[in-house]
Amino acid sequence: MTQQFYVSPEQLMKDRADFARKGIARGRSVVVISCRDGIALVAENASPSLHKIGEIYDKIAFAAVGKYNEFESLRQAGVRYADVRGYSYDREDVTARGLASVYAQSLGAVFTAEQKPFEVELAVAEVGQSQEADHLYRLTFDGSIADEHGFIVMGGQADKVSEAVAAGWQGELDFAGAIRLALAGLVADKETTTLPVSALEVAVLDRGSESGRGTRRAFRRLEDPDIVALLAEEK
Amino acid sequence: MQETTANRVAANATSSFTEHLQRERPDLMPFGQVPFNQLAAAGHTGQPGAPLQVPHGTTIVAMTYAGGVLMAGDRRATMGNVIASRHIEKVFPADQYSVLGIAGTAGIALDITRLFQVELEHYEKIEGTLLSLDGKANRLGAMVRGNLPMAMQGLAVVPLFAGFDRPAGFGRLFSYDVTGGRYEEQEHHAVGSGSMFARGALKKLWRPGLSEQDAVAVAVEALYDAADDDSATGGPDPVRQLWPVVYIVNRTGAFRVPDRDLAAVAGRVIESRAVAQREA
Repeated sequence: MTQQFYVSPEQLMKDRADFARKGIARGRSVVVISCRDGIALVAENASPSLHKIGEIYDKIAFAAVGKYNEFESLRQAGVRYADVRGYSYDREDVTARGLASVYAQSLGAVFTAEQKPFEVELAVAEVGQSQEADHLYRLTFDGSIADEHGFIVMGGQADKVSEAVAAGWQGELDFAGAIRLALAGLVADKETTTLPVSALEVAVLDRGSESGRGTRRAFRRLEDPDIVALLAEEK
Repeated sequence: MQETTANRVAANATSSFTEHLQRERPDLMPFGQVPFNQLAAAGHTGQPGAPLQVPHGTTIVAMTYAGGVLMAGDRRATMGNVIASRHIEKVFPADQYSVLGIAGTAGIALDITRLFQVELEHYEKIEGTLLSLDGKANRLGAMVRGNLPMAMQGLAVVPLFAGFDRPAGFGRLFSYDVTGGRYEEQEHHAVGSGSMFARGALKKLWRPGLSEQDAVAVAVEALYDAADDDSATGGPDPVRQLWPVVYIVNRTGAFRVPDRDLAAVAGRVIESRAVAQREA
């Protein structure tokens, strides 16, 4: 007969949290920056098809670090949640706050009930009419939710990257400036001073998508030539 | 154990919003919620003598032109001999490169349109790529097929679908029957109660390689002819400043033709007919 050893709940939770933190820190960072033109999402990601950044709804985007299969299933669940909600009520009734709270509940449930917690950290971003109306939510592996102001840095050496981004962040940045700032942050924990464009995944939530491009879908993924062109613009 | 888990994950992985809705929220589906016999028991027997009085949308025309495809619809919905709406819009963008127009029971048609729009956007978000034009046409066919029990009760929906086939580089048209049968149409097509007259007009007015402007004029004139002979189709209304809804789809996407252009085109059609001073 085998007998279970007693483990105190404190120790159990601590072990789980340490396990998840280790997994998240192994990856590369993702930076989400709110700026004048909208919200820029920049990830260090060598794969052109396995995305860390995705579109959820008209004004809402998703960014994640950690294990791909875990955050991909959360992203798809988010798209389903948003589409069902928008279909049954109205498109404007889908908000980042509602989505973030669903994510928080599922992450919390997995953290306490499942064999192992999700090794992921998520950001849910919603672009508003003005910069004050932007929403950035950070969700961690245990279901904690934080309403952030200005920018979010997750994964990898998040402290160092976050320091570099905080030093340069200001509300008046345009997309080119925000992406440059994100790049400066992403190289903060490396020896090089620049990253090749092919190692980047960049998307934006365009504040003026309705007036500029005639679509309510604000999310736009920037291809490599777009990023090169944007970064080549005058500072 | 391992295998059943893997199977379950694979079985649950769907890129289709309709499938997801059927599984999780069947109450939200526009069709198929009321079983056939219950609908009959509720007082509507499906007998020809007692048609359910609901708004019906009427004529939609579509044609290819040099740069892609065009679709236009009149603005009238009728309920028996009454005009239910003068403002209804029956042509919609389905996604960036396709449009659909709907004839038949307006309420169900509008819901199917909304479901179809979400279906295409959902696939795009989950998969990260656009569905092929044939894939879109097949999905719409499946939705029309899903509505068959309602169609047999007299609540039919017949769409017309048009899109730009990006890999092939030209525009294509698809028509449907109430059983979901999908038929690719060449050159031009029309559906709805005024379609006979519109199709007659299209046969005389359409020619290969029409310019975008000419195609808009042909569509407005075909709808004018349909409205002339079909009481359920509305013509251009200079009093209320109501013009047909016209969408063009080309390599760069789907765009609605602005009202001021349509006002000018409709004005020219009315003027040319008035000058000719002929009966038809």
